[in-house]
Amino acid sequence: MRLPRLPFRELRRQPSRFVVATVVLAFLATLLLFLGGLLDGLYLGSTGAIRAQRSDAIVFSSSARDSFLRSRITPELRAEIEAAEGVGEVGGLGFVLLGAQVPGETELADVAVAGYEVPPAGVPTPGPDGQGVADSRLEDQGVQVGDTILVGPAETPITITGFVDDTAYLQQGTVWVNLATWRAVQNANRPDSAVADGVVQALVVTRDAATTLSGPLPELIDTTTDGATKTLTVEDAVLALPGVKQQGDTFDQIIYSTLVVVLAVVALFFSLLTIERMGLYGVLKAIGASTRRLFAGVLLQAVIVATIAFVVGSLLALAAAAALPAKVPLQLTPGRFLFTYAGLLVAAVLGSAISLRRVTRVDPASAIGGAG
Amino acid sequence: MTVLDMRDVRKVYRSGDADIVALDHATLQVDHGEIVALLGPSGSGKTTLLSIAGGLLAATEGKVMVGGHDISEYDGKQLTEFRRNNVGFVFQSVNLVPFLTAEENLLVVDELGGGKGGKGAKARARQLLEELGLGHRTRNLPSQLSGGERQRVAIGRALFNNPRLVLFDEPTSALDTKLGAQVMELIRNEMKARDTAAIIVTHDRRMTEYADRTVEIVDGRLGAEAPAH
Ligand SMILES: Nc1ncnc2c1ncn2[C@@H]1O[C@H](COP(=O)(O)OP(=O)(O)OP(=O)(O)O)[C@@H](O)[C@H]1O
Ligand SMILES: [Mg+2]
Repeated sequence: MRLPRLPFRELRRQPSRFVVATVVLAFLATLLLFLGGLLDGLYLGSTGAIRAQRSDAIVFSSSARDSFLRSRITPELRAEIEAAEGVGEVGGLGFVLLGAQVPGETELADVAVAGYEVPPAGVPTPGPDGQGVADSRLEDQGVQVGDTILVGPAETPITITGFVDDTAYLQQGTVWVNLATWRAVQNANRPDSAVADGVVQALVVTRDAATTLSGPLPELIDTTTDGATKTLTVEDAVLALPGVKQQGDTFDQIIYSTLVVVLAVVALFFSLLTIERMGLYGVLKAIGASTRRLFAGVLLQAVIVATIAFVVGSLLALAAAAALPAKVPLQLTPGRFLFTYAGLLVAAVLGSAISLRRVTRVDPASAIGGAG
Repeated sequence: MTVLDMRDVRKVYRSGDADIVALDHATLQVDHGEIVALLGPSGSGKTTLLSIAGGLLAATEGKVMVGGHDISEYDGKQLTEFRRNNVGFVFQSVNLVPFLTAEENLLVVDELGGGKGGKGAKARARQLLEELGLGHRTRNLPSQLSGGERQRVAIGRALFNNPRLVLFDEPTSALDTKLGAQVMELIRNEMKARDTAAIIVTHDRRMTEYADRTVEIVDGRLGAEAPAH
C-alpha cells in the first residue's frame, strides 16, 4: 500500500491539533533519556575497570562473596589455578579506593588505585614502581600528565604518565599501577587489611585457545581449587559490583513505567482524535475507504508524532546535559537514544492500536443518515 | 441498459423491540443516463433506498443489481471496493474533508483507489472543478467556500471516478431556493453530459422538474411513476 497523503496533510494543515500531545510526549522523551542517561552514567562509571578486562573470567576467593575488597588469592592458590584445565594467561588484580591530593587543587580527587599485570583495554603494560596511568575522569578533577598525586592518609606518591578512557571503578577515577605499587598503597593506607607479597585480590584468566574444554571455564577452575575459589565471567563480575544490579533494576522499572505513561498518553490522545473524526471516517468509508487504510493513517500519525517528540525531547535532553555540572553522572549514549526511540515507537503503535476497534465500528451508512 | 435493478427489496430496522419496515417490496429500475427523482415525505424511506442502492446498507430481503453485479451478495470488503469504483454519493450535509482544498477533496477519491495523485488525476480534478464553475476556487479550503460552492465540490468528488450511478440525498436542502435551482440545473447538465444515471432524493416537488422521471415513496412503498415535464 502506498503511503497515504491524507494523514500527512492533516498534520501539516492542522498542526495545532497535535501540539499538546507532541509537547507532552517530548517531555516524556526527555525524561526517558534523562533517566536512561543517568543509569548509563552510573553503570559506565561503576564498571569501566572491569568491562575493560580482556580476559574470559575473574577468580575471587570463595569467601569474598564476589567482592574485590574482601577477596584474597595467595600465590599457592594462584599456582593451582594456573595448572587448571584450559587456563591460559593469568594476571593479578587489586583495587583500593582512596582520596588523593592533586597539585594545584584544594579538593581531594576520588581515585581507585588498581594493581594489574595483564593490561586491560587501552591500558599499557604495567610501568615502574610509583608510576601509573589515570582514567580520564581524573582529568576533570585537575590531574595532568606529569603530576604526582598523593594518595590516601599516608600520602603515597604516584606520578601520572598518561590517561585512558572508560576505566572508572565505582564512580572513582582508576589509577593503573603495577602490583607492587598497589600493595604499597594498600598496606600504607589500609593497614587493617594489608596484603602480603605475592597476594592479590582476584585473578583475571584468559582461556587457553589451544585446548578444548570439558566444561565452562569458571566451573573447571572452581573444581580444580576444590571450592577455594569462586570464578565469574567478566559480565557476571560486572553485575556483582556493589549497587550495579540494584541500580539497573530500579532505573529499568522507572523507565518502563514511563513508557507505560507514554502508551497511555498516545492511547488517550488518539482515541479522542478518533472520536472527533467519526463523521469524517463515515464519509470516507462511504466513498470507498477501507478500515485498514483509515487505521493505517492513525498509526502513521502516531509514529510521526512520536518521532517529532523524540527529536524535540532529544534536543532538550542534550541541552540539559550540557547545562548540568560535570559531577552528575549523566551519559547520553547512541544506544540510549536508539532504545528510547524504539520504546516511543512501540508505545505509540500499541497506544494508537486502541483506536482500531473504534475505526472498525464506524458505519459507512452513518455518512448518509439524516442531517448527519 | 439498466444500471440499477432493485427487486422486491425490503429493509427492516430493528430498534429495541419494535421492527421498523423502512422499505417494503421496493422495485426500481434506473436506465443508463437516466435521472430519477425520488420524492417522498420525511421518514418515507428515501435515504434507506439510496443507501441500499449504493451499497452502504444491506437489504433485509430482495435483490440489488448495479451494473450487472448482484451487490446483495457482497461482503463488507467487496462493498467498500464497489462504492469506491462504481457509485458516487452526494450527501445532504456537506461532507468535505475540512483540511483539504477543493482540488484535494476530489483527489481523495484517486488516493483511495490507490492512485498517486499524479498529473493526470490533478488535471482531471481541475477540469471537473472548472466545469462546476469553481475554476478559481481549486486551492480554497471548504471553510473558505460558500454552501453552494461546497456542494458543487461534493458533486465533483462524486463524479471523479466516472461512476455509472450517482446518488444524491437532498443535495439542495441546505441551500436557498435560487441556489438550489442552480445546483439542480448543474447536476442535470453534468449527468447528461456524461450519460450518467442518477437518483435524486427530495421532498420538494419543484425539484422533480430536473429529472427524467419521478418515483414517489410513501411509508416505504414506491408509488406510481410519473414522467416529469
Ligand atoms: N438506523 C435506523 N434504525 C432504526 N430506524 C431507522 C434507521 N434509519 C432510518 N430508520 C427509520 O426508517 C424509516 C425511513 O427512514 P429514512 O431515513 O430512509 O427516511 P427518509 O425518507 O430519508 O426521511 P428524511 O426525509 O427525513 O430524510 C424512518 O421511519 C426512520 O425512522
Ligand atoms: Mg433522508
